[in-house]
Amino acid sequence: MSRLAVLKTYKLYIGGKFPRSESGRVYEVLSASGDFLANAAKASRKDARDAVVAARSALSGWSKATGYNRGQVLYRIAELLEGRRAQFIDEIVSAEGVSAAAAAAQVDEAIDRWIWYAGWADKYVQVAGNANAVSGPFFNLSVPEPTGVVAVIAPQDSSLVGLVSAVAPALVAGNTVVVVASERLPLSAISLSEVLVTSDVPGGVVNILTGSPAEIAPWLASHADVNALDLVGAGSLDWVSLQIAAAETLMRVFAPENGADAAAPSLARVTQFTETKTVWHTKSLL
Amino acid sequence: MGGDLTESSLKRYLNGIPGVDAVGLEARAADLGSRSIKTTSKAWALDTIISLIDLTTLEGADTPGKVRSLVAKGLTPDAGDVSCPRVAAVCVYGDMVPYAVEALGAFHGDSVEGGINVAAVATAFPSGRASLAVKLADTADAVAAGADEIDMVIDRGAFLSGRYGQVFDEIVAVKEACRRADGSYAHLKVILETGELNTYDNVRRASWLAILAGGDFIKTSTGKVAPAATLPVTVLMLEVVRDWYRLTGEKIGVKPAGGIRASKDAIKYVVAVAETAGEEWLQPHLFRFGASSLLNDVLLQRQKLATGHYSGADYVTID
Repeated sequence: MSRLAVLKTYKLYIGGKFPRSESGRVYEVLSASGDFLANAAKASRKDARDAVVAARSALSGWSKATGYNRGQVLYRIAELLEGRRAQFIDEIVSAEGVSAAAAAAQVDEAIDRWIWYAGWADKYVQVAGNANAVSGPFFNLSVPEPTGVVAVIAPQDSSLVGLVSAVAPALVAGNTVVVVASERLPLSAISLSEVLVTSDVPGGVVNILTGSPAEIAPWLASHADVNALDLVGAGSLDWVSLQIAAAETLMRVFAPENGADAAAPSLARVTQFTETKTVWHTKSLL
Repeated sequence: MGGDLTESSLKRYLNGIPGVDAVGLEARAADLGSRSIKTTSKAWALDTIISLIDLTTLEGADTPGKVRSLVAKGLTPDAGDVSCPRVAAVCVYGDMVPYAVEALGAFHGDSVEGGINVAAVATAFPSGRASLAVKLADTADAVAAGADEIDMVIDRGAFLSGRYGQVFDEIVAVKEACRRADGSYAHLKVILETGELNTYDNVRRASWLAILAGGDFIKTSTGKVAPAATLPVTVLMLEVVRDWYRLTGEKIGVKPAGGIRASKDAIKYVVAVAETAGEEWLQPHLFRFGASSLLNDVLLQRQKLATGHYSGADYVTID
């Protein structure tokens, strides 16, 4: 008698837990050749709201952790991702219909980017900050501080590397993230959340929603408790309306990026989610 | 009760009250908490909740300034929306009553006339571990300072030891200490501290005891002991109040306090009140929420209903 394979139930990742969608909805995820792969949870606006609440409550701890500590935690994600390399390659092969070599290249690139961004965690302040010259006996220091809760619409044409490229830089500076994964390729995103939950990332720092970005994005854009909106993967949505909704609460908004490697790694992706704080301190006591 | 009121007759009466079906009570509470309250019903519920809140600050670090900002918040919960109702009362420690009265000024008064009452905790709150003389002085002091309502704690140690008569006499004495110079009485809320009573049977007995002794309100908890207010305990106390009303025609109030932080939870209590005691209980003279952080969550929900998008903590005051 042949064994029946045990299929995985793909759920959301909110506040360090794996809830089903509050709405109870799922949608079919198909392989590149049109075969059924799995049912993924279809997040509703209330799941998005819960995710923002989780991200907000995780913000204080994560943003107050030292850059050195955040770097270690991000590095740890890469370590665990490396251990699950084979699983991610399998998932990408079946979801994207690419060769095993191409899938392996994508997973390796995703792991390398975690490492690259982890390295920035205790260095970006030195590069983006400044000791300003002022006309008096004062230290005048400008330092980048995290923006807060960042909502991300992940690149839609990539299973893993697009998601990692959009999420990792926001985490470096101490922001917390609510990310809407690729609608067509959501399974690797949920597998990534299994990596996150077993690494040292506190619950709520990353929250992953699967479902329709067109349905969820307007609620995140108009949410008054979201501080920045990264529309990197929202090119096919009515993103001008999202910008207008976000403007109501003075949210930082970053426009969609197109091309093969949307959200290519750069220091700018780290510093765009920071606010500059300038402090004065007297020199006279020295 | 029939016969003279003695320690033994009180004990016989309270111990003769039928036991509580704990599983049934919890299932009933869970069922009441599963109702879906949306759109206009939700808007009504949120406004009702605000008008039933005893906005509370009971910290050792309280200052006159904190009490003044509490009063300002109670008068104008949402500075951006004039249609937002006022809270029912502010609840403070006894020594803070004069500052609350002063900050309220002309708005000090009954919520029916658009005012806000001042409630004070007394009788060596939250433990209640002081001599009766100290408890009575504590109470009389708060009443003289202008408190409209007194939240007293029962002696849980005496209650759990079965000395019901002592608890009864203390409530009666505190009630007398609530008497003002003009002969009127400050409202007396009796805190049972259900988290320390251990069983539902005890909660039911303590509720009857507090009502028999003359309490105007029965209140779940001080908020200093976990578990504080829970829905099953509140449903049980509402049932006692309902039974008392059927027996005597007198309406006693109920105040769950402590641990109710989300609008969603508060709405469950509103449903429980309407379904257990009756909708006429949903008014400040008969039902209150003892809460501090609940108000901000209700305001966020109100803003969501008004604007259509989710609001955030930046749009309500920091308390």
